[in-house]
Amino acid sequence: MTEHPNSSGNQPPAKANSFRQMPDSRGHFGTYGGRYVAETLMPLVLELEREYRAAKADAAFQQQFDDLLEHYVGRPSPLYFAERLTEALGGAQMWFKREELNHTGAHKINNCIGQILLAIRMGKTRIIAETGAGQHGVATATVCARFGLPCTIFMGATDVARQQPNVFRMKLLGAEVVPVDSGAATLKDAMNEALRHWVAHVEDTFYIIGTAAGPHPYPELVRDFQSVIGKEARAQMLARTGRLPDLLVAAVGGGSNAIGLFHPFLDDPDVAMVGVEAAGHGIDSGQHAASLTGGAPGVLHGNKTYLLQDEDGQITEAHSISAGLDYPGIGPEHAWLYESGRVKYLPIGDDEALEAFQLCCRLEGIIPALESAHALAALPKLVGDYGRDQIILVNVSGRGDKDIFTVADKLGVKI
Amino acid sequence: MTRLSSAFAKPHRALVTFITAGDGDTAANLDALVEGGADVIELGMPFTDPMADGPAIQAANIRALGAGTTTAEVLRIAREFRQRHPDVPLVLMGYANPMVRRGPEWFASAAAEAGVDGVICVDIPPEEDDALGPALRAAGIAPIRLATPTTDAARLPQVLEGSAGFLYYVSVAGITGKQQAAQASIDEAVRRLKAATNLPVAVGFGVRTPEQAAAIAKVADGVVVGSALVELVGEHGKDAPEHLRKLTSALAEAIRTAG
Ligand SMILES: Cc1ncc(COP(=O)(O)O)c(C=O)c1O
Repeated sequence: MTEHPNSSGNQPPAKANSFRQMPDSRGHFGTYGGRYVAETLMPLVLELEREYRAAKADAAFQQQFDDLLEHYVGRPSPLYFAERLTEALGGAQMWFKREELNHTGAHKINNCIGQILLAIRMGKTRIIAETGAGQHGVATATVCARFGLPCTIFMGATDVARQQPNVFRMKLLGAEVVPVDSGAATLKDAMNEALRHWVAHVEDTFYIIGTAAGPHPYPELVRDFQSVIGKEARAQMLARTGRLPDLLVAAVGGGSNAIGLFHPFLDDPDVAMVGVEAAGHGIDSGQHAASLTGGAPGVLHGNKTYLLQDEDGQITEAHSISAGLDYPGIGPEHAWLYESGRVKYLPIGDDEALEAFQLCCRLEGIIPALESAHALAALPKLVGDYGRDQIILVNVSGRGDKDIFTVADKLGVKI
Repeated sequence: MTRLSSAFAKPHRALVTFITAGDGDTAANLDALVEGGADVIELGMPFTDPMADGPAIQAANIRALGAGTTTAEVLRIAREFRQRHPDVPLVLMGYANPMVRRGPEWFASAAAEAGVDGVICVDIPPEEDDALGPALRAAGIAPIRLATPTTDAARLPQVLEGSAGFLYYVSVAGITGKQQAAQASIDEAVRRLKAATNLPVAVGFGVRTPEQAAAIAKVADGVVVGSALVELVGEHGKDAPEHLRKLTSALAEAIRTAG
């Protein structure tokens, strides 16, 4: 993507030996990624790739994207110095990238704006999407309302039951919400059903995937659309402090908010990065969603990546208190960054996230999403490695209003 | 001649039948298919996430996995089938992850050792052939590819390159199950495919009745029936073999008189 005019900062061009040149022409990040889809879908993903290349080179497309991000989403999102959290942790400066202030309350909308513009460009007349917690579903329903396209959201029946407010939001926005009963009836099953629906409606339907995963070119284009986060943060940090952060921290479900923050910094050798995976009840319990720490390479949902699976390659159910991290896979670029060592990945459990959630509420007056609370929970573990003059930048990927019922329940409070 | 090419060289068109391994008494069910007149057996490898399958085969996958079906068990079913039926071609059909989990070479040699003739992997398109194709070819197993209504003329050569055994034409843009293609569209597609390849062309997805099978057999080299058989296994459990035999003979009979 060409640079966002408001936020290009001093972005260096990608170098030889760059971490920013993936994927290759076949959509591979090292050995990960690719296009593992049924033949029926192959011509579609090839067409999507052609159209994406054309859009990327089209100044008018970029301009429309930037304009919507500014005036509809409310970008740039602020870069905020979290003074009291910094004091409480007693070490490096803690800064927040405030993605929770975006329209619809999370980073998900950045990607949805980009993809719906692509859908319109390709002449598609219907939109489908999968959703777990409902954040991506709400963001998709929002852009569909904005552009007047009919929208069908696939959502696991278990998630429909535990995320009623988001289900109602999607319906208010005019979307049809289809509960999916197969499997454990959560995000993975919603994605299966969306793929089944797509295969049967290839002519007119665009599938807006909600994270940096799926068949090529999805991991690349979702990353590019989400890279507005890192481009802004880079420029904002330079403007405010005259330097780059020492460490970036972000929660990783499929990996879109993390790769969006990380990617523009990947070739800055002095910027370290940590992706936070959901450890649920602990890696040893088997009830977690940490695909890198507790999984192995395999093929699912159109890409090769790390997956939670048994010795026969059957996919095992993920668990996290955070519905947005409750997925047994991870985007392929993270699999590659993990193996290359450029990014470290740290597992954080339900209880730690719950504690960080409350801490952020009380110290900063910000109710973070449970997903983002996983990133915040990593800070006490990382702060010791950095001096007081150093800077740690955390992506607060979403706000936690959607999670208050889950949190109240965990805290034994009736609301 | 391989077992697969012999099956397509018979005086009549080939009946290709699919059931899921580990769903019910698979050995008895497979025997019933052969007795009913199936010319080629497709044995489904169960997977937790069968993305290209409709409700009937999804349910069969869940039943099979629920019964504890492992990859070792699928291979055992194949090996014992081969011992009982030395001449009937056997094709494994499924998804990439269970096939590549222990490495493609492991899978290819284990399948070859079990007497498997071909493999259909739904989610490895020609673009990702490296993930499994070379290992299958080295083990003497035919990688059987799918062509679909969205496979256009420009793309077809890529699909055919490296295909072996037969070409599986998926007659509907959709998942397995009840959706049916118009016969005219099948006729047109099969003519197009046969002009481009010497491989036998078998047509599947949505084929349920002897009447449909007969119509397809007029143009194609083979007819694939899956969901309708899998439903019988789900419905009749232990008594499935007699029902499978009945439907298979009706299909075989229809194909023989048509082709
Ligand atoms: C606020 C928030 N953060 C993070 C995620 C995780 O997704 P990703 O890893 O793609 O950013 C979600 C997913 O629903 C989310 O809603």
